[in-house]
Amino acid sequence: MDKLLEVENLTKVFALGSVLSKLRITAVDNISFFIKPAEIFALAGESGCGKSTTARIILGFEHATAGTITHSGKKEAKNERVWFTEGIQAIFQDPFGTFNPLRPVERYFFETLRNYKLASSPAEAVRRIDAKLHAVGLSYEDLAGKYPSEFSGGQLQRISIARALLTDPQLIVADEPVSMVDASLRMSIVNLFKTLRDELGVSVLYITHDLATAYYVCDRIAIMFRGDIVEMGTVEEVLMNPRHPYTQLLRASIPEADTAHRWQGEIRLADTEQDEYLRQGCRFAGRCPHAMEICRSTPPPTVQVEGVQVRCYLYSEPFS
Amino acid sequence: MDNTILRTAALQAFYQLDLYGKTKVVKAVNEVDLAIQADEIYGIAGESGCGKSTLLKALVAAVEPPLRVVGGKVTYRIDGKEVDVSTLSPEEKRALRLSYIAYVPQGSMSVLNPVARIRDTYRDFIESHLGRQRHQEAFALAQDHLTDLGLPLKILDAYPHQLSGGMRQRVTIALATLLKPRILIGDEPTTALDVVVQRGVVQLLKEVQARLKNTIVLVTHDMGVHANIADRIGIMYAGRIVEEAATEKIFGAPAHPYTQYLISSLPKFGDKSPRESVPGSPPSLANLPGGCPFHPRCPHVQTRCKEKMPGFTQIEKNHRVACWLVGEGEHGQAA
Repeated sequence: MDKLLEVENLTKVFALGSVLSKLRITAVDNISFFIKPAEIFALAGESGCGKSTTARIILGFEHATAGTITHSGKKEAKNERVWFTEGIQAIFQDPFGTFNPLRPVERYFFETLRNYKLASSPAEAVRRIDAKLHAVGLSYEDLAGKYPSEFSGGQLQRISIARALLTDPQLIVADEPVSMVDASLRMSIVNLFKTLRDELGVSVLYITHDLATAYYVCDRIAIMFRGDIVEMGTVEEVLMNPRHPYTQLLRASIPEADTAHRWQGEIRLADTEQDEYLRQGCRFAGRCPHAMEICRSTPPPTVQVEGVQVRCYLYSEPFS
Repeated sequence: MDNTILRTAALQAFYQLDLYGKTKVVKAVNEVDLAIQADEIYGIAGESGCGKSTLLKALVAAVEPPLRVVGGKVTYRIDGKEVDVSTLSPEEKRALRLSYIAYVPQGSMSVLNPVARIRDTYRDFIESHLGRQRHQEAFALAQDHLTDLGLPLKILDAYPHQLSGGMRQRVTIALATLLKPRILIGDEPTTALDVVVQRGVVQLLKEVQARLKNTIVLVTHDMGVHANIADRIGIMYAGRIVEEAATEKIFGAPAHPYTQYLISSLPKFGDKSPRESVPGSPPSLANLPGGCPFHPRCPHVQTRCKEKMPGFTQIEKNHRVACWLVGEGEHGQAA
């Protein structure tokens, strides 16, 4: 199978505290996944589940403690980058934080073109910028000479996407791209990802905690919990028929905009995140309604259930 | 019987800014009529920059320059009497806060003192409202209150940074409801939280409401939260309430074009049909378009939408809409 990006056994350990009393938190624990060309892949989970750390490692902002990332057949070994960021571009959560408020927005476009030597004359640069802005429903005239404060959050996020498109990337890493955009404008950004996939063949790694938009836009999804991928498969299977108890809890906790499906029953919250990171066996065991003796001592295996990858004892041989 | 506990009448709250000799007026809350009932959860929905936080400031009587109430009034009903908030002295307002009306903001980190233990923050609040002599008794009350709400007592000895975001937000809610206020106002109390934690916080708010039989005014842009908790919803656009109805009606039969867009753009599980955002961008409150503020984005725009703001039309009992498509706007006042 064709794989655009493959992440294998990726691990990231952060050390907290001083030299004397070190606490080691495994933010990402031995995860593997791949992204196909022209596919929107979601990495979903709560804050602190390691999804942003994974994105930061793929983008090269952090170095992995162990594991490899392969991009179009080129492998990145530990602490060494062998591909250029040309192929992978990023979009961040806060559109107001992305752009310096004292700099005209267009400067970011010219800077990207200069850094990658993508234009030989100013006229060509403007032509290229205009073409990319058209892809997101804007034009160069909308942007020329303006500062970030003159745009709304939704517009800035689209400008951010156009900037990422300048280098003709094969993959866009979008870290919570709509969580700070107004609900009324959110779908215009999400629809844009669909257009990019269908018309330009760009893949998107969509990092989110919003499962409803993930269901709407994505092809495949991986649910992360405290550094582990607990369930991975097509969005239809994972979100409409969740198998892992954590996915079931997550799915049931989404406030659905439908008064017929109000929340039923009560839930238990974890007191602190740290306890769950430091847990020996399955990290969800403390809150899991199906927790067994073995869940608390040994991490569960990853099993395939009807094309979905699940990490839970409920589905492994002697227990199922 | 009239059961209205919190009422605004043609409330106008503007920010008046003096920039290099030019006066700039930001019309954040414009002609808002609300009649919030005792023992209900009232949701206010709208996008960022529509004036919903300013409305809350006016509701809790925390109006400070450059924000000014330029028209209308806010009234509380205290012990059966209607009290105009603008006639209260600062001391009277202070006495009402927490004991009659309490406020839960979005960022719980900025409520709790980062260098004091939760216990000390609780003590400060209790002493300033109940006096020093009753402090032992009050502290026991605080412990009972936390136990009632299902929060572990060990958090009293923690510093805010040691608690997770969800726990901090629940501690803030517990603090705000300690003196059993009649009105609890929440400004996006669940927005920065994860879905599972958000559900826990909403669960806590509902529990508080069921226990105290008080009123909750909840502002959030998350329609999913409104669907789960609110009894009635007011949709706010550019400083005005444009539609108000029971939650089932807002989701089942929205009448204003803006509400229709808001509801239809929400993604649903099991339905992958294409969804569209509201076209265009929200207007600036400092430079509102004439007539109905939604007209530049509205697909059904007519000439008179550009000229005159429609009044409310009561299309059903307790369902009012400000739109020329629906009616002539003969029911201008809040019910």
